[in-house]
Amino acid sequence: MAERGSAPGVAERGSAPGVADLAGLRAYRALLGAQARSQAAYRTSFVVDLVGNVGATVFDVVTVLVIFGVTRELGGFTLRETLVVVGLSSCGFATADLLVGNIERLPRYVRTGLFDAVLVRPLGALPQLLLMDLPLRKLSRAVFGLAVLLFALVSADIDWTPGRVALAVAAPPAAAVFFGSVFVMTATVSFYWVDSGELANAVTYGGRDFTSYPITVYGGWFRALFAYGMGFAFVSYHPALALLGRADPLGLPSWAGWAAPGVAVVAAALAALAWRVGVRHYRSTGS
Amino acid sequence: MSVIEMDGLRKEFTVRVKAGPLRREKRTVTAVDGVDLRVERGEMLGCIGPNGAGKSTTLKMLTGVLTPSAGRARVCGLRPVADRTRLALRIGVVFGQRSQLWWDLPLRDSFDLLRHVYRVRAGEHAARLARCRDLLDLDAFLDTPVRQLSLGQRMRGELTAALLHGPEVLFLDEPTIGLDVVSKQAVRGFLAELGRAGDTTLVLTTHDLADIERLCRRLVVIDHGRVVHDGSIAELHRRYGSRRMVVAELDAALPEPPVLPGAPVQRVEADGRRLVFALERASVAEVVAGLAGLTTLRDISIVEPDIEEVVARLYRAPAALMDAP
Repeated sequence: MAERGSAPGVAERGSAPGVADLAGLRAYRALLGAQARSQAAYRTSFVVDLVGNVGATVFDVVTVLVIFGVTRELGGFTLRETLVVVGLSSCGFATADLLVGNIERLPRYVRTGLFDAVLVRPLGALPQLLLMDLPLRKLSRAVFGLAVLLFALVSADIDWTPGRVALAVAAPPAAAVFFGSVFVMTATVSFYWVDSGELANAVTYGGRDFTSYPITVYGGWFRALFAYGMGFAFVSYHPALALLGRADPLGLPSWAGWAAPGVAVVAAALAALAWRVGVRHYRSTGS
Repeated sequence: MSVIEMDGLRKEFTVRVKAGPLRREKRTVTAVDGVDLRVERGEMLGCIGPNGAGKSTTLKMLTGVLTPSAGRARVCGLRPVADRTRLALRIGVVFGQRSQLWWDLPLRDSFDLLRHVYRVRAGEHAARLARCRDLLDLDAFLDTPVRQLSLGQRMRGELTAALLHGPEVLFLDEPTIGLDVVSKQAVRGFLAELGRAGDTTLVLTTHDLADIERLCRRLVVIDHGRVVHDGSIAELHRRYGSRRMVVAELDAALPEPPVLPGAPVQRVEADGRRLVFALERASVAEVVAGLAGLTTLRDISIVEPDIEEVVARLYRAPAALMDAP
C-alpha cells in the first residue's frame, strides 16, 4: 500500500518490462515477500526444516573427514587442501540449491497450472517460479557451506595475493551460478520428457558429489565427462589449485583456476538459451 | 484494426502411443486446425465446442502460453509469444481450472501483489478493487486465505485479479465450471456489466450455453480444431433448422390434425387435445387465428428453440450439418 505514485502506471504501455527496470525489481521483491509470508504460515515446520536441512550438507563434509581418518592423502591432496575443494563445492551447491534448486519441480508447476499462470503475467517466467517457490528453509545449508569454505580458506595456509583474494571472492558465486545453470538446464528436459527427473538428479547431485573431491581420484571417461565434458572441474578443483598455488597433476595450465567465472557465465548463457527454447516447446496440459 | 486477429492459426502436438511392448509410435495430433477469426474492440465472443475441440488451446495461443505451429495471431497488435510480457499488461486471463492467487495468503494480499506485478498506480488499483468488491461481494472473505475459499468465492477473486490492471481484453476459459447456481449468476451478472461498459473485449469458452445466451451476441462453435459456426445464436438456429414452437391446448380433440400454412404439426399429445406446431414461415398470430377458426383454444404457449439440442446435434455430426443448405 506504500510507495504511492512512484511506480510507473499502466499508461506507460509502450515500454517492455524487463528484469532490469525498477518497477520489475519491485515486483520481484513483492513476490519474494509473499513467499516469505506464505512459509511463515507454517512456522513450526519451517524451523524444523531449517535445522533438518543442515544435515545433508554436514554429511558431505563428514564423509571427507571419515576418508581422511584412514588415509593421509586423497588423490595427492591433504585434508586441508581437500577441504578447500569441499568448501567451494558445498557453498556453491547449497547457494544454487537455495536460489534455483526448486526448478526441478517444473513438472509439478506444469501439472498444477502454475506455469500457465506465470506465463500470462508481465514478468519473466523463470524468476517468477524461483521466487514464488523459494525454499527459504534451505538457507541453513548455504550458511553452513559458507562456514566450511571460510574455515578451509583460513586453515589451508594460503599465500594470499590480491589476485587470490579476488578469486576467493569470485569462485563461490561462480560455483553457485554454474550449479544453478545445471539445475535449469536439466529441468528444461522435462519440457520434452516429463519423467526426466532421475536423469536430472544424476547430473545435479552427481555433479555436487563429483566436485566434493579433487578430480584426481576419478578415472578415465567418467572424469573426462564430468570434469570437462560438463565443466564441473571449474567449480571447485581448478579454483582450489589456483588458491593453493599448486600445479595441476593432470597437466592443465595454471590459468584454468582463474577461468571459473568465465565458465560460469558460459553455463548461464547456455541455460538461458535452453530455457527459452524449452518454453517455446511447452505443451501445457488439458483444458 | 481488430483487437484480436487469427489467420490460419494451427497447433499440432506430437504424442507417443504404445505400439507394442517396447515400441512407441509418434503420432501428430492437430488440436487447432486453421482458425481465422477477427474480434473487434468491445465485442463479447463466446466459444463452445466439445472437450478437446481446441478452444483452450486457441486461448492459450492468444495469451502467449503456447507457441502456434503455424499461422498468425495478433492481440492488441502484439505477437502473443514474442511480446508476451508486454501483452500481459494489456490482457486479463481467467483459467477456470488454474489460479492466479496465492494459496496461503489472504485474498487481499494477492490483489496487492498483483498491483506490483502489473505496475498499477495505487489510486487506480484502489478504485478498480472497490468496484469489484462492490459488484462481486468480496468483503466477506477478503481476509481469508485463498486455500479456504469456496470455488465460487475463489472464482470471484480470480475475476477481480484479472481486472485490476484494467485489461483491454479479458480471456475467460470456462469461468463458470463447477460453480453453484448463485455463483454462476454472480459471475454472469458481473461480466454482463463489464460488457455493457463497452471498452473491454471479452472472449470466453464454456460448456454452459446459458453463459453465452446471457452474455454473448456472437457465438463461435469449434469442433475438431475448426470453426464450424460463427454468428449469432439466432443464426445458429436458422442454419440448423431449429424453430420456435407453438403449443396449443384445445378444449376437445379435432378429428384430424389441422393443416396451417407455414406451421406444420410436430407432435400430437394428450389424445389430440395438445398440438405442437413448428413456426417455419407463419407467425404466432397466424397460427392462433388459424386454430381459432377451427376450435376453442384453452391455452397457447411458445417454446423457444433449445440451443443445447442444436449444439448436441452439431457435435454429433458437424460435417453433415455443415453441408446442409
